[in-house]
Amino acid sequence: MALLEVKDLQVRVDEREILHGLSLTVNEGEIHAIMGPNGSGKSTLSHVIAGKPGYEVTGGEILFKGDDLLEMAPDERAAKGVFLAFQYPVEIPGVVTMNFLRTAYNAQRKARGETELMAPEFLKKVREVAKRLSIPQDMLKRGVNVGFSGGEKKRNEILQMALFEPSLCILDEMDSGLDIDALRIAADGVNALRAPDRAIVVITHYQRLLNYIVPDVVHVMSKGRVVKSGGKELALELEASGYAQFDDAA
Amino acid sequence: MAAVQETVDRVRRIDVDQYRYGFETLIESEKAPKGLSEDTVRFISAKKHEPAWMLEWRLEAYRRWLTMTEPTWARVDYPKIDYQDIYYYAAPKPKKALTSIDEIDPEILKTYEKLGIPLREVAILEGVEPPAGGEPSPSRKIAVDAVFDSVSVATTFKEELRKAGVIFMPISEAIREHPELVKKYLGSVVPTSDNYFATLNSAVFSDGSFVYVPPGVRCPMELSTYFRINERNTGQFERTLIIAERGSYVSYLEGCTAPQRDENQLHAAVVELVALDDAEIKYSTVQNWYPGNSEGKGGIYNFVTKRGDCRGVNSKISWTQVETGSAITWKYPSCILRGDNSRGEFYSIAISNGHQQVDSGTKMLHLGKNTTSRIISKGIAAGVSQNTYRGLVTAHRKATGARNYTACDSLLIGDKCGAHTVPYVEAKNSSALFEHEATTSKISEDVLFYCTQRGLSQEEAVGLVVNGFVKDVLQQLPMEFAVEAQKLISISLEGSVG
Ligand SMILES: Nc1ncnc2c1ncn2[C@@H]1O[C@H](COP(=O)(O)OP(=O)(O)O)[C@@H](O)[C@H]1O
Ligand SMILES: [Mg+2]
Repeated sequence: MALLEVKDLQVRVDEREILHGLSLTVNEGEIHAIMGPNGSGKSTLSHVIAGKPGYEVTGGEILFKGDDLLEMAPDERAAKGVFLAFQYPVEIPGVVTMNFLRTAYNAQRKARGETELMAPEFLKKVREVAKRLSIPQDMLKRGVNVGFSGGEKKRNEILQMALFEPSLCILDEMDSGLDIDALRIAADGVNALRAPDRAIVVITHYQRLLNYIVPDVVHVMSKGRVVKSGGKELALELEASGYAQFDDAA
Repeated sequence: MAAVQETVDRVRRIDVDQYRYGFETLIESEKAPKGLSEDTVRFISAKKHEPAWMLEWRLEAYRRWLTMTEPTWARVDYPKIDYQDIYYYAAPKPKKALTSIDEIDPEILKTYEKLGIPLREVAILEGVEPPAGGEPSPSRKIAVDAVFDSVSVATTFKEELRKAGVIFMPISEAIREHPELVKKYLGSVVPTSDNYFATLNSAVFSDGSFVYVPPGVRCPMELSTYFRINERNTGQFERTLIIAERGSYVSYLEGCTAPQRDENQLHAAVVELVALDDAEIKYSTVQNWYPGNSEGKGGIYNFVTKRGDCRGVNSKISWTQVETGSAITWKYPSCILRGDNSRGEFYSIAISNGHQQVDSGTKMLHLGKNTTSRIISKGIAAGVSQNTYRGLVTAHRKATGARNYTACDSLLIGDKCGAHTVPYVEAKNSSALFEHEATTSKISEDVLFYCTQRGLSQEEAVGLVVNGFVKDVLQQLPMEFAVEAQKLISISLEGSVG
């Protein structure tokens, strides 16, 4: 079943059109990779799906589980199962990570009409997931992302993804700034989340990541459009011949 | 996080632009003729049945005030105040002389009830969260002195305090009943000539609280005063004097509210604290005077002089303030660290939203040897407000081993407000060690989006970030106040995003 359907999406920022009629369908259980050169609109697409303010949608639609996503506030989208792992996660000083996780987790449950999880239960759950991702306990006591290394920030994103159990995970350049070991831990974390009722979309510039997270479908973006889609071999093709070949297509 | 959730729920229930305490109490009152003259001063003094020395003290202050000019150095901007257009004294008209709390005008009792302040002598049980995993707190008593416009209308738990030897009464009564103490200490920390507003207060103050804790006594309960301005065009000039004798301890709380009115009202208080050898005074304020409406109309002008004198060795004075109200706040609770090894602390949360202007901070004057001080200031600016921290730390020539640590953090919400830090430091003793840290941060769009992407609403996100920001200071407040203050903070910042 189609989990996410982006149809002919046109998006402007400050009067300038950045996505010029982009279409994309992601089914449950699939892993998609979106590749493309810098400035092709990958982050813009992820932001618009998650509901970041400041973008003007001038045409097209986004359906998520059949509902109009563009009608919903970002927190409603999150509660409905949209998760975006940021390329540059922000720091929130003074807000202890563990408290942040619990507040967010319970806010989502509440929005879905589920009961909130009590502290001891939640703590146990977080510890489990954190251990799997090699996240030290003391990181959870620090301010959200404050003083975290690049790798720790990314792992903190994946930790949240694992906790919230979203149906759609979008990861924007999760490989940027990670060394090979950190990349492997993060990728293992993502692979562990593969599930028949969940889709994962990895946005990346490089094919390297796709050695660790193997996609079912690869899309190439250029100048605000998806210009080619194919199987995982498309990524290798790109690695060999570069993005330049798509300039004309765009 | 329960408190955050509660805060958010509370915020949802109230309308934007709705100051909760903005109601007016309809009672008859007795006022001095409008304007300020020697006659006004005499009128007030006579109303209070004051002894001649007190009237003389006031008149001297009044004459001094006539020669002074309003200070202009603070980063606040307001139209000229017409000191002749203010009532300097307003008192609820008593139906007859009061002998017990049951005889207080029911309208006034209702007012304090609405404000959530118990004037009847009941222990406060609710509003306290049990510490995590621990026993619920035992019932705590808080003695209350309630000041309505210019007079104190009720002081609770007087008897029980008297047994402990603690004097807690309206200052007007103390002037009559304990003249030797008042004479000795009044104006000894903030002299009548101190500054324009303090001098004005010295001339026309009408009531406030007086506390005396005898040697070696740990005051058996929290003391608190609630100030309420009700009358139109009325100034409130309260005067508080707290004396902690050798080896004593007292914790004192102060809360303030006022009705919502289109005109500005003047509040110029003076608070003096004296801590003798080994004594400790903890003074907490939650200031929530009416801040004016969303267009900046109305609101209280809050020009306050608060100063503590650590007169004895090993004495300690700690100020904690949560300033959310007032159109203008001009306030610098300070410590004179006179006794060797004495310690001064200043913990502040100052919030400005809408058109509010805050210029607040502290002075730590190190005079004695090995004196220490600590300043933690958290300024939050939203709307089109201006929020300034202004601080002075000095070490006297003889203040060998003086230490200060200052941390000033500012948080901006939106991009039309301003936060400013103005620290002055002056060490005349080379062994003094002063540290200063300052940060300015912003609740940016990116932080808000990050939080909302994780399922928090805009308000929850702001609440979370703000609570994280002020946490260190909130922890300094007594529990009941901390919970209340946290709610107040969210309410004050309502409508600041989105
Ligand atoms: N907030 C913004 N304001 C103006 N231009 C923007 C903004 N965000 C993105 N752009 C522009 O949109 C285009 C696509 O950017 P982006 O989505 O970040 O691409 P990618 O993630 O593929 O590198 C770029 O030309 C970029 O400069
Ligand atoms: Mg990008």
